Amino acid sequence: MVEAIDLGMVNWARALFALTAMYHWIFVPLTLGLSWIIAFYETIYYRTGDESWSRLTKFWMKLFGINFAIGVATGIILEFEFGTNWSNYSWMVGDIFGAPLAIEGIAAFFLESTFFAVMFFGWDRVSKKFHLVSTYMVAIGSNLSALWILVANAWMQHPVGMEFNPDTARFEMVDIMEVILSPIAVSKFTHTTSSSFVMASLFVISVSAWYLLKQRHQLLAKRSIVVAATFGIIASLFVGVSGDEAAYEDAQHQPMKLAAFEGHFVGADPSGLVAMGIVNTSKKPGDDQQSFHLELKIPGMLSLLAQRTTIGFVPGINDLVYGNEVEGIMGAQQKIPLGKIAVKSLADYKAAKKVGDQVKADRALKTFREHEPYFGYGFLEKPEDAVPPVGVMFYSFHIMVLLAGLFVTIFAAFLFFVYKGNIEKMKWLLLIGVPMFFLGIAAQEAGWVVAEVGRQPWAIQDMLPVSIARTNLDTGTVAATFFMFVALFTVLLIAEVKIMLTQIKKGPEEEK
Amino acid sequence: MNYLTQPAKVYSFYRNGFRRMTLGRSLWKIIVIKLVIMFAILKVFIFPNFLKTNFSTDEARADHVIHELTNQQSSLENIE
Repeated sequence: MVEAIDLGMVNWARALFALTAMYHWIFVPLTLGLSWIIAFYETIYYRTGDESWSRLTKFWMKLFGINFAIGVATGIILEFEFGTNWSNYSWMVGDIFGAPLAIEGIAAFFLESTFFAVMFFGWDRVSKKFHLVSTYMVAIGSNLSALWILVANAWMQHPVGMEFNPDTARFEMVDIMEVILSPIAVSKFTHTTSSSFVMASLFVISVSAWYLLKQRHQLLAKRSIVVAATFGIIASLFVGVSGDEAAYEDAQHQPMKLAAFEGHFVGADPSGLVAMGIVNTSKKPGDDQQSFHLELKIPGMLSLLAQRTTIGFVPGINDLVYGNEVEGIMGAQQKIPLGKIAVKSLADYKAAKKVGDQVKADRALKTFREHEPYFGYGFLEKPEDAVPPVGVMFYSFHIMVLLAGLFVTIFAAFLFFVYKGNIEKMKWLLLIGVPMFFLGIAAQEAGWVVAEVGRQPWAIQDMLPVSIARTNLDTGTVAATFFMFVALFTVLLIAEVKIMLTQIKKGPEEEK
Repeated sequence: MNYLTQPAKVYSFYRNGFRRMTLGRSLWKIIVIKLVIMFAILKVFIFPNFLKTNFSTDEARADHVIHELTNQQSSLENIE
């Protein structure tokens, strides 16, 4: 019975997963981006033979190593949580996740244990060329590791290339290329990696700005800024393009997510994009309240984002919940009874198989396949359950976009004043630059919220809601684990910040 | 060191690398402590694999999940 499900446990398990993922995601983007920035610094050293570039490379490599050491393996806790708190989900997706995660594990182990060692131990022990190649291999390996987990995540957003096996209760992969090349996977990978490059560039800007303010290591700081700001601007362009593509793909495959992060309740042709607004959080689907207390809308822009035309219809939350016959949109209200038929026919199939009634089993399976696309809706109590929290989505999305715009401006300003030769005199800019890394983390986490909270109530889009994906555990146990992890992650974070700050204060090794 | 064979060179490379570490020693300590906490404490006491712990065969695990999926609805009885 739906009423009997302990939603408290589900929410604690979600909170624990979110805590772990968001903590893990402080380190990952920095690893992904900083690995490239280090490779660029080392390339300049390789080409010029200038030892100061070598010292600069080693300095950033040291900070990269600290971040890697503190962050490494925190992702494993997520896998533990799957097995304990999300056992139904874990069982059902095992075949889909197995291949990408195995590839990730093997690739990460071989690339990182070999080239990582050369990168850190190999200075003066291998040729300059081999060392440079190793540094690039670490960058490529780290980013490839991210590819596989993002492919797996994209599959949860848009399950393709699979077939549900009613005998084993597992989604089985039938086309690995469809899974890897899913449009959501492609846009997710490009958007996530490019935004990671932006965050790493901000890290370099923040540390360098601090050095300039303190009038220490000024040459290192200026040189670091030139590369990081250039990389940051280029990466920001990719963030913009891939973000636009991600929104377009959401419109095609997860229209509820798009409607939620735009606070778009009533579908319209054309639809405007809310650039800024104050969400009316008491607004519910289908009621007469205004969606916003205050809004600044750009006409036609949401249609352009979602349909690639300024005059296209973009369904709102009401259309997706209750349906819209005129536009040919089936809502959750219409999908729920079909989903219940799918669930019922699965039960009938298993019962018939148990007693050996093949005719009845075949008939039930046929009914199940006909209604399979609505399977997940069979677990929803009411159509409104298909709506993610609009306020959280709207603010997360808009904060992310706003910060992305700010970052490009910051990169451009730093680059301009470095080339002008008076960056060290621009105290106001340096003061703005120091906290930029923390805003970079905020943008990353906001992006994660948009992607993952926007998928709610689904663990697997349209197929499995989180309330069914969970293990039926005691709420108290999961809640206690959550608080234990708050303490553990806080200690680890303090350790990282302390070690990192000590090394930043120490600066690069002195010229011999 | 030319007399060293390739595996010996690799061994020597790693050994010397680890020996020369300064900051790296602290970082490795953190990594090892973290891995011990994760696999010896968290994995064993906090995060047992529910299905592996409670069911001995894949068939039993599949049946459990199917049961979980098909016994969630209050209105199944009304479906034709």
